[in-house]
Amino acid sequence: MIRITDISHQIAGQEILHRVNLDIPQGGLTALVGPNGAGKSTLLSLVARLLKAQSGRIEINGKDLSQYSHADLAKLLAILPQVLTSTHRISVKDLVGFGRYPYSRGRLGPQDRKVVAQVLQSFELQQIQDRFLDTLSGGQRQRAYTAMAWAQDTEYLLLDEPLNNLDIAASRSLMARLKTLAKQEQRTIVIVLHDINYAAGYADHIVALKAGQIVAAGSPQEIVSEGFLRDVFETDAKVVLAGERPLVVV
Amino acid sequence: MLRRRFFWLVLALIVVSVLFLTLGAKGSWSFTLWFRGQKLASLVLIGGAISTATILFQTITHNRILTPSIMGFDALYVLILTVMIFMMGASGYAQFLKVELFLINLVLLTLASVALFTVLLKDQSSDLMRMVLTGIILGSLFRSLVQMIQRLIDPSEFSVLQSVSFARFNKVDADLLLVSAVLVGLTWAVIWKMRHRLDILALGVVLPVSLGADPNRGQLLVLVLISILVSVSTALVGPVAFLGLLVSSLTYRLIPSWHHGHILPAAILIGGITLVGGQMVLERILHLETPLAVVVECLGGLVFLFLILRKGSA
Ligand SMILES: Nc1ncnc2c1ncn2[C@@H]1O[C@H](COP(=O)(O)OP(=O)(O)OP(=O)(O)O)[C@@H](O)[C@H]1O
Ligand SMILES: [Mg+2]
Repeated sequence: MIRITDISHQIAGQEILHRVNLDIPQGGLTALVGPNGAGKSTLLSLVARLLKAQSGRIEINGKDLSQYSHADLAKLLAILPQVLTSTHRISVKDLVGFGRYPYSRGRLGPQDRKVVAQVLQSFELQQIQDRFLDTLSGGQRQRAYTAMAWAQDTEYLLLDEPLNNLDIAASRSLMARLKTLAKQEQRTIVIVLHDINYAAGYADHIVALKAGQIVAAGSPQEIVSEGFLRDVFETDAKVVLAGERPLVVV
Repeated sequence: MLRRRFFWLVLALIVVSVLFLTLGAKGSWSFTLWFRGQKLASLVLIGGAISTATILFQTITHNRILTPSIMGFDALYVLILTVMIFMMGASGYAQFLKVELFLINLVLLTLASVALFTVLLKDQSSDLMRMVLTGIILGSLFRSLVQMIQRLIDPSEFSVLQSVSFARFNKVDADLLLVSAVLVGLTWAVIWKMRHRLDILALGVVLPVSLGADPNRGQLLVLVLISILVSVSTALVGPVAFLGLLVSSLTYRLIPSWHHGHILPAAILIGGITLVGGQMVLERILHLETPLAVVVECLGGLVFLFLILRKGSA
């Protein structure tokens, strides 16, 4: 479990996160939603130790984050950042291979090669596996980076807007894959989403962040409503029910 | 494809080396070969050292324009030397062996550059142009300090200094060659061992952390390695501003690979070819008095301008 206790964070004198308390339950898909600038990426960066915690604490599996070595943490938790540099002259296959670095330290063994081949297949990247990243479309590139994080084979996976640039088919297949994996392998996936319908359709939990504070948390059915959209996003959108599932009419 | 290109690079280095050793040789062969062989070795060593230092720096700063010399590493070396001569005086300076002095300088440069550049590289979000400007300002700051101190010291000391403040490829100090070769060899061995880690560190700021390669520790180690390489090349031939950039741009172009296991050997080969070939053409074929440094700096400077302009318009 990821336990976030009393995390506050300031950047340049501005409070970005204010006393955030959050338990991310073991296993399953947790969607992190909220308006632009709410602090979602900052929160993920703190959990992935990209930023140093200024106050409060973060525990993973009962152990304080600062007590993990870099090498050990990389086998437990992977993060895919929101903004990815696109000029990397790496082939897709090599990039996915880099996902095995925590285990292989750069020398891919038979097991690593097997995982890479599997991941390339399940992300439908075989056709373009030898292309360089800087020759790919935005969506193909996003898929390649997600495949890399996937190949890292960690218990916890933090994905910051992985649906960026993906078409509807790729978005749905990625979300379905994440959901299955989370269930089958007891993995814990935290995913930042902007489309509430994807959050409601695939996530087990939704956590909403606004102006650096948690304003709502629960199952999609409990959370997504017209009032929720008005409070959190300050927009008047209609919410209808499609069976059990709430659906935002955009 | 990579294999073929490596083959051509190795062949090119062999050809220019043989030409360098034999072309226009007069008198005793054994003497010529021994004399020229030393020069050849030092040119390959220096070309390789500057090229690897450049590639390493570009890897940890995630860009392909900045180089250690543009950021003022060599200027800092000359500054440290100047301050030392100023404080000890020419007589004090003469008490030390060349090799001792060189090693003292090397340690000081390593400490100074690690202190300076860890601060400078801390804010990785800072944009490239700001880094370029900082580097240029630092470089000229160091150089002006050198000039200011030079005014304060007497002429005998000044001549000692002058020999280290200008690039020169035609005269290389034989005393330092051996210790330099050992140092560069050791550095290359360390770099080769960490080549996979370099592939990861080059991915940016976030992905290395996610993959478990601590960028701070990696950066520190790489800065130390760069300092050693720069010390060696500056002690042997003086500061060279744009050679590294020339070589690294050629390398990326010829070797389209992310793997430092490919890039670094290619850069060493290309660095050697540039210096040996350049010196050979200038001295033996064109019989020109123009120092190689001037030509290389000109070409490298043009590459720098081209990269900056392209970056600016992109
Ligand atoms: N390096 C920084 N310097 C200054 N302010 C920053 C920095 N990084 C983030 N911020 C500010 O912190 C706040 C939260 O940023 P964050 O990136 O966490 O938002 P977010 O919820 O991920 O937004 P988005 O949905 O747009 O990705 C924003 O107001 C942003 O301007
Ligand atoms: Mg964000």
